[in-house]
Amino acid sequence: MRYLTDRKRALGLGSARTGTDQHWQMLVRSIVMGVLVPLFVFTFAAGFGGTRAEVLAYFSHPCAAIVTGLMLVVGLVHLMHEANEAVEDYIHGVAGKLSLVAVKAFAFTLIAIGLFALVKIAL
Amino acid sequence: MADVNRGNRPLSPFMLGQYYRLQMTSFSSIMVRISGILVLGLALLVVCWLLAAATSDSAFALVDGVLRSWIGDVVMTGGVWALWYHTLGRLRHVVWDLGYCLDVRVAEKLGLGMFVGATLLTIVTLIAV
Repeated sequence: MRYLTDRKRALGLGSARTGTDQHWQMLVRSIVMGVLVPLFVFTFAAGFGGTRAEVLAYFSHPCAAIVTGLMLVVGLVHLMHEANEAVEDYIHGVAGKLSLVAVKAFAFTLIAIGLFALVKIAL
Repeated sequence: MADVNRGNRPLSPFMLGQYYRLQMTSFSSIMVRISGILVLGLALLVVCWLLAAATSDSAFALVDGVLRSWIGDVVMTGGVWALWYHTLGRLRHVVWDLGYCLDVRVAEKLGLGMFVGATLLTIVTLIAV
């Protein structure tokens, strides 16, 4: 005999354990990417393909540095979730759990290295 | 009902290739996932390039040389296409989630539009460089 009602147990859970939050966050990130990706692609494309001095000068400009920084954080976090969604769908058990950690570690390592480089260039 | 058959439910089979004919809606959806994972991998190159630029002339010459070689051009162009495609695909999800364009004929056109759109945007990007 369980004392919790079905409703109480369903509260905030669902098959994803977090209700619809994951789906909502994906929707938010999708809209953000719709704005950020065009900004980043054209910003980065303009800075790519010069001498090192030109590249350093370009990416130390506030606009280029901020857009690149945003893409490094927001873009990579989005892509991390995208990859982890695939992991959740296709890899199960211990391998699945370790893959989730590996994807997360990879993404945040890229973010950290990218931000370090950007700070060194821009400041 | 909530306690019935916990942990012993049938799992959905993997349908692709065996029972399921690929169509524009599903193919364009699968490509969103593939392109997203691809871009996450290729982000490593861009981060290496930034780190090299921040580090030294020789490091930059090496990484920049690789990225601007013909094979680097192919990879970067593919990466840009994948990034555009993925972004259009995510926006399609937004449109669908808001309740629009769910009609099959329209959804199929959206899928085709993503391939055409990503290709056009890639060409625009290459011209802009």
